[in-house]
Amino acid sequence: MVSLNEYLLVSGLLFAIGFAGVLLRRNIIVIFMCLEIMLSAANLSLVAFSRFNLSEAGVPNYNGQVLVFFIITVAAAEVALGLAIIVALFRARRTVHVEDLDSMKN
Amino acid sequence: MEQLAFYIFSAIMLGFAASVVVNRNPVTSALSLVVSFVGLAALFVMLNAYFIGIIQVLVYAGAVMVLFLFIIMLMDIKAEKRRELNLVAFGGGIAVTLGFVAQLATVLSKFTPGRAKMSPLANEGSDVKLVGHELFTNYNFHLQVIGVLLLVSTIGVVVLSRRATK
Repeated sequence: MVSLNEYLLVSGLLFAIGFAGVLLRRNIIVIFMCLEIMLSAANLSLVAFSRFNLSEAGVPNYNGQVLVFFIITVAAAEVALGLAIIVALFRARRTVHVEDLDSMKN
Repeated sequence: MEQLAFYIFSAIMLGFAASVVVNRNPVTSALSLVVSFVGLAALFVMLNAYFIGIIQVLVYAGAVMVLFLFIIMLMDIKAEKRRELNLVAFGGGIAVTLGFVAQLATVLSKFTPGRAKMSPLANEGSDVKLVGHELFTNYNFHLQVIGVLLLVSTIGVVVLSRRATK
């Protein structure tokens, strides 16, 4: 049987990978994918806490899973909006490289 | 057996997530992300969260990733050319990530309640009914707010992607 700490460790590592991607990559679409990875890592730890927090009757705490449901819904809306913004940006500037998008600098 | 399945699915999920970050071609990144999300859905199923696992495959691996691939196709993005690396930014990114992992390891090594093994469920397989019951009773108002949010974001996307016609 797997313990809660192992799930939390895997979830934390997934978050770290997404975090590293956001910090290291320069392509705005890949940065956006890495944001999704970080959201999913949070979902994994929420579901793990829900599963391990059993009531006395042996039923998991479903509040965590409802929160994950809401997070997935909001993330889907966020992806649609974010990609629309990226398309508008690409139309105006013809680039998806974040280092070329520095018109607000100085 | 369960331990082995956990390690296999975790390895699939983490390995393909790393491949999202490492690959220079955005299409390869997007397809790796699909596999990573399927591995994550398998972990949800192992946690007896069947509803969340199915939602994860349908919404993330299905809808969201199709949207990503569609946008990549529309923009016709080639693999990134190598540019000179900003060493300060690169080193800083690696350092912050390693700091986060070290912090995680320290916290988890001291978190003794987390060492408890998974105990069996009393209501195996009825989680769709229970999550649905929770959603439509305690969280009914929140569910309707989410509906408004989806409507607003749909309108926002339409406004954003409309060409300015004068």
